[in-house]
Amino acid sequence: MSLQEHETKHIHDTIKRKLTKTELQIIAAEWSEHCSYKSSKKHLKMLPTVGPNVIVEKGYDSGVLDVGGGYVVTVHIESHNHPSAVEPFGGAATGVGGVIRDILSAGTRPIAILDGLRFGDIENDTHARWLFKNAVSGIANYGNCLGIPTIGGEVEFDDCYSGYALVDVAAIGFGKKNRLIKNHATNGDLVVLIGGSTGRDGIGGSQFASDSLENEDRSAVQIPDPFIEKLIIEAILEARNEKCINAMKDLGGGGLSCAISETAESLGIGIELDVNKVHTRESGLLPDEIMISESQERMLLITSKQKLVKLKQICDKFRITCSTIGHVKNDKMMHVTKAKKTLALLPAEFVARAPLLDRKKTKPKYLMKIKKEYKIKNTLDYTKTILKLLSSPNIASKHWVFSQYDHEVGIRTVVKPGVDASVLRLDNGKFLSAKIDGNPKHCYLDPRQGAIGCFEEACRNIVCCGTNPIGMVDHLQFGNPENPEIFWTFIESLEGLTEYAKFLRIPCVGGKVSFYNETPSGPIKPTPLIGVLGISDKTPFLSEHPSNGDYLIIIGVTNDELGGSEYFEYIQKFIGGICPVVDFKDSKSNMLAVLSLIENKLVKSVHDCSKGGMSIALSELGIFGNIGCDVDIEKVPCKKNLSSEKILFSESHSRYLLVINKKNIDSAKKFLNRKKISFAILGKFSGDQINIRRKSKNLVKFKIDLGQKRYFNGLGDLLKHG
Amino acid sequence: MCINFIGEIIIKIVKVGVIVFPGSNCDRDMFHVLSDVFHLNTKYYWHEKGLPDNIDAVILPGGFSYGDRLRAGVIAANSPVIDDVKKLANRGIPILGVCNGFQILVESNLLPGVLLKNESLNFMCQWTNLIVKNNKTPFTNKLKLNQKIPIPIANGEGRYYADPQLLRDLRQHDQIVFTYENYVNGSLEQIAGICSEDGNVVGMMPHPERAAERLLNPIDNKPSSLIFESLLTTIGVKN
Repeated sequence: MSLQEHETKHIHDTIKRKLTKTELQIIAAEWSEHCSYKSSKKHLKMLPTVGPNVIVEKGYDSGVLDVGGGYVVTVHIESHNHPSAVEPFGGAATGVGGVIRDILSAGTRPIAILDGLRFGDIENDTHARWLFKNAVSGIANYGNCLGIPTIGGEVEFDDCYSGYALVDVAAIGFGKKNRLIKNHATNGDLVVLIGGSTGRDGIGGSQFASDSLENEDRSAVQIPDPFIEKLIIEAILEARNEKCINAMKDLGGGGLSCAISETAESLGIGIELDVNKVHTRESGLLPDEIMISESQERMLLITSKQKLVKLKQICDKFRITCSTIGHVKNDKMMHVTKAKKTLALLPAEFVARAPLLDRKKTKPKYLMKIKKEYKIKNTLDYTKTILKLLSSPNIASKHWVFSQYDHEVGIRTVVKPGVDASVLRLDNGKFLSAKIDGNPKHCYLDPRQGAIGCFEEACRNIVCCGTNPIGMVDHLQFGNPENPEIFWTFIESLEGLTEYAKFLRIPCVGGKVSFYNETPSGPIKPTPLIGVLGISDKTPFLSEHPSNGDYLIIIGVTNDELGGSEYFEYIQKFIGGICPVVDFKDSKSNMLAVLSLIENKLVKSVHDCSKGGMSIALSELGIFGNIGCDVDIEKVPCKKNLSSEKILFSESHSRYLLVINKKNIDSAKKFLNRKKISFAILGKFSGDQINIRRKSKNLVKFKIDLGQKRYFNGLGDLLKHG
Repeated sequence: MCINFIGEIIIKIVKVGVIVFPGSNCDRDMFHVLSDVFHLNTKYYWHEKGLPDNIDAVILPGGFSYGDRLRAGVIAANSPVIDDVKKLANRGIPILGVCNGFQILVESNLLPGVLLKNESLNFMCQWTNLIVKNNKTPFTNKLKLNQKIPIPIANGEGRYYADPQLLRDLRQHDQIVFTYENYVNGSLEQIAGICSEDGNVVGMMPHPERAAERLLNPIDNKPSSLIFESLLTTIGVKN
């Protein structure tokens, strides 16, 4: 068990008696870092969480945003890192299942999944490749079966994840505002457990996830069953329509212990439950095992006696088990019995509120050692470099991944995966976009600027499809928080995100913190992952491919910021340099300018500059549009005179490439000049070659079909061979 | 059911039924397209309930009935509703199975042949082109022979197979309705959809309900919408 000395003392001082074994198990599960957020909770308060569209209710596990017309969008993000590192198929699949149930808990139908996957170097590390392939299969297997489209995400490979896996899943729900579950309960209401049976899988999963990954504890990994989850979704939505649900919570980390104590605490009620009433997968399960098992596809409902019959009818229709395991009392106690014998009797609030910690933080030593400068030994051939980057696992098309996910089911996906962000149509006539972004390479060099950069990148992608950012979710993933150096990186990232969220007035509507992402070879790089939702009230922006004679414009300033770039890390094998920094003012004005140009139909398509820099972004435009481009980088807006290498590969933020038809070029220029936006016309689309020059000096020249081959086959080819 | 201006309840004749199996997940999409886009009087039928005799058409939607356990479609093929589907099929009522619905029709012997795992062994979700090979079925009569239909597929077990004798029969009775324009998943003769000997039962792996609206179809939604318009013509609804 994972209770610390000060926690044992706190228990002793408060309860003033020796705890039973069951009580200790319950507390250990609930007070694990994974469930209690004891290291992070104090600090998370700094994030702005309110806004005109944010709906706050008791006991929600997901963020709720009012999108107008009587409809709401819900969103949540979670990870399943430890389990996925041990058993990638099941770990990733149950990661999807868990976050889907959080969306369902609010009474909304899940309508989309996004996933962020991170593994070691799949080019050289066959174990990483195995993890990657199986995690993708697990997500596909689960999400496809549920009929929830996986509409986007990101995949990244870095040595810091070798022997490990980050599997982050974000889910989006949609529903009528008046059908949201307003969690409430009164004395005598019944506590019902529906769905999958409780078994020995996932025993102590939350504690397993609250320590570094040293041994592969398979019993702590849960087993997925998407079919039961699908039945639960339909049954619950039917029960919601029949008003059978007073309150609802999914069973995730910490199993019943967590669901019962947190529900009781948030509603200010007491709950008495009998472990004998819980439907189990096998006989002989111990009460403690029942209380902390993390078997999947289970939901805890509170219903009234009058509504139980209807609820049972609905469950019977879908052939899912529904057990009345207890009832609501008004004593605010969590009371666990086995028949008449009391196994645990604790104040719910005491269980649900672990003593919070003040972790120490110090600036990591590695940061002092990082070299800011890099003397490039020999100038590489830029054409070869760009082609190599186009086929590199971090940049190449992720078609191999998303073609295994059903991204069309639900018939909402107006803009399909593979571009900046996917766009869904909503029943109120509006359009919703969603994107998640992370960048551990930047965050390693500067956790604050790196985190802000991830946030900005997600916003940029949302803006590229003509939608306005309306809310964000964050998933903060770090190593062991007991290490002050790691804790410092956590605080830096959090502060950065807070600063940017406040500046842009984007509320943080949900999130998760995941610590202890470590293996015996060390901690992962700081990996905050930011998800942003955007909305467009009007017609969706369906971008058009460039055609002959169209202009290419760059918006935004390129800086001397090669640090953490794919060019430094993948090509030069150098970790260091200056991490890109977001200029808040530029960031906002550039976003507004792009949105305005889209709204006024002056642009055909927009693409942001991110991984690989401007050279990759413009190659991608040509590759997608199957057309060449002739570009002169001399006029690219820069703070100071930069080398060609820096202009081509620097990953400076707030930059967009715009494709503009000849007839609109003057209006677009006029608009950008009036708004005092830094921009330049880079060149024109034509032919079948990407040509990049600096004045008269040729830098890059390759045929589009070669670029396409590299870009579209890069990842697939790698995975074909083992 | 709806209410007229003097408050009488008018029961409209149900025209099209969408069968819902446990695990169906394209039922709502199909319903939306039939009722909201093509204004058909559409109703869901839970798999344990019977179908009315006066129904005009039946759709078996896509999804993962019974989580694809054992084999896609095999458990659903033993659902009570399938007996009614068979009776209606014998009476010549138009029946369409899409994706998992096609798999169920094959497993219940309403259509011949089998659907195997894709050659890649992976689930495949991508846009492809179909070619119309039979334009006499209730779902293709408004399409032209050899007309191209841009449409998405989304399946793990969509590779059609028939033994040589069956393939000869299929050809002889003009039962091949759709083929893929390009090589997609290893399907025999690129077959994407077939029909019964009488032509009233049609099964297809791609999803016409995902391609019939302009907003959802990046290429051209007209051909897919003709699949639904064919049905409208067949069952006598003027459009």
